[in-house]
Amino acid sequence: MATRHQKTLARLMVAPSVLLLLGWMIVPLAMTLWFSFQSYNLLSPGMEQFIGWTNYKYFLSDPAFWTAMRNTLLLVGGVLVITVGGGILLALLLDQPMFGQGIVRILVIAPFFIMPTVSALVWKNMFMNPVNGLFAWIAKAIGAQPIDFLAQYPLLSVVLIVAWQWLPFATLILLTALQSLDSEQMEAAEMDGAGAFAKFTHLILPHLSRAITVVILIETIFLLSVFAEILVTTNGGPGYASTNLTYLVYSQALLQYDVGGASAGGIVAVILANIVAVFLMRMIGKTLE
Amino acid sequence: MGSITLQQVRKSFGDVEVIPGVDLEINDGEFVVFVGPSGCGKSTLLRLIAGLEDVTSGRVVIDGQDMTQAPPSRRKLAMVFQSYALYPHMSVRKNIAFPLKMAGMAADEQERRVQHAAGILNLTDYLDRRPGQLSGGQRQRVAIGRAIVREPSAFLFDEPLSNLDAALRVNMRVEISELHKKLATTMVYVTHDQVEAMTMADKIVVLRAGRVEQVGSPLELYRSPANRFVAGFIGSPNMNFIEGEAAAAMGAHAIGVRPEHFAMSTTGGQFAGTVGVAEHLGSDTFLHIELDGGIPIVARAAGEFPVGHGDRIWLTPQDGRVYRFDQQGLAL
Repeated sequence: MATRHQKTLARLMVAPSVLLLLGWMIVPLAMTLWFSFQSYNLLSPGMEQFIGWTNYKYFLSDPAFWTAMRNTLLLVGGVLVITVGGGILLALLLDQPMFGQGIVRILVIAPFFIMPTVSALVWKNMFMNPVNGLFAWIAKAIGAQPIDFLAQYPLLSVVLIVAWQWLPFATLILLTALQSLDSEQMEAAEMDGAGAFAKFTHLILPHLSRAITVVILIETIFLLSVFAEILVTTNGGPGYASTNLTYLVYSQALLQYDVGGASAGGIVAVILANIVAVFLMRMIGKTLE
Repeated sequence: MGSITLQQVRKSFGDVEVIPGVDLEINDGEFVVFVGPSGCGKSTLLRLIAGLEDVTSGRVVIDGQDMTQAPPSRRKLAMVFQSYALYPHMSVRKNIAFPLKMAGMAADEQERRVQHAAGILNLTDYLDRRPGQLSGGQRQRVAIGRAIVREPSAFLFDEPLSNLDAALRVNMRVEISELHKKLATTMVYVTHDQVEAMTMADKIVVLRAGRVEQVGSPLELYRSPANRFVAGFIGSPNMNFIEGEAAAAMGAHAIGVRPEHFAMSTTGGQFAGTVGVAEHLGSDTFLHIELDGGIPIVARAAGEFPVGHGDRIWLTPQDGRVYRFDQQGLAL
């Protein structure tokens, strides 16, 4: 954008798409805000009225809210730890020259193409089922008591399922980043007497830091709104043990027909997402310098 | 301290034999330049010495010890790469100190050596910068600094100046030569630029297709090239080759005369020709001449020589400066 003339022209050109996107965001947000201050239950139509902050008071004082909040953070954090850690290891492994590299890489990417509902159902019925599941079979084969994952460790199970889905994404991004590492740098480090571990901590990890930040940012955006996996496996239970904020809003709106309360929950979720976004943006700003 | 001996070193990549067998002796404190056209195996040979590539057969002996199977870090060699290979996320200080840190040296000793190296290389003011904030020449000096702090028994340079602009290249060439005088450590330097080879080397190794064509001091190679390839490669502009009758008259398949070894006249001489392009530089005049037989010749006259395009000119080679080559290109 060299001249003022070009700047004005550029603003004019992008204006339509900016306005469209703004409207796209503002309208649902405004409606949600509006509903969150209404007493609005689908079971009693025609009774809508303005009730101020009451919806928020009820939503925030609900014991389920803090459980859901904690579960949301644990879910996001757990999946991030597994996918970033596992992604780095897998990327290092896949970067090695080996037989059938192309096919192995496609296999590793595959889980990302499977719909969340489908993969969650496969995990629920074919792996984690305490009677027919593969894990139960393995446990029985070594003479151990089969674990009923979804009943005993509901949140951990959901974390595992979601992590399995997102591991390929992290691996893919980190692998491409790894391949852009200058080979002469690695050779220089070798001449300088750096062993495999020193090379990893001093060269590879700093080189990957930007890619890791991108993975964390993108995954966090999607993981804050995990829903399908919970719906088809645990239904948020037992109790509220695997309910996250998204699922709580869903149950508020569509199981209790309380649109007003759900809207208040939605606004709380938006605020949470924005707090997380501020932290992430700072982190990105730091790595990009 | 820093002698390197290669004994029948061979290297193949799959079926392709890159180095068919090299014997070479590098003495302690020598500045040895590997020179040759691109793809001649000179960088591969350097990487074999460094241990970054495994030899297919033969022995690499450093300081009298067989290091053929030793990993790069144990060979006590330091290498400066063409791309500098600096660690981009570390400051200059940390870059230079990295090999010392890997060796587990005490922090104050590290700092002392870094300061010493930075002093030698004029980097003291830049120690806290990142490589990305430095110019090409400064990055090059950091790469050299990272090499000298280790006090290696020999330095390996892999075309270190090819990413610099022409003026800076001349400066760095002088700086590296001075560094060699100061440190008196063995240096092995790879380049495709024969000017770098001629100006810096104690000993030049001319390579072609993985074979050593000739080894000798710069002036030895200039005065008595072993074959037509070395004769054509050393010296700038290249040597002129004349085949046919004129060569046969001297009992050779081809004769070679360097551009600076012609006496030029506008009245008469041994070879007659027409001036094509004339490059008047003031200090020198380069004339691109077409002999009457159609053979192109480049001749250099010292100082100014007032001829222009299309003028007739006569050339006479100086006595004792005519090289004769046989059918195979070997010097007679």
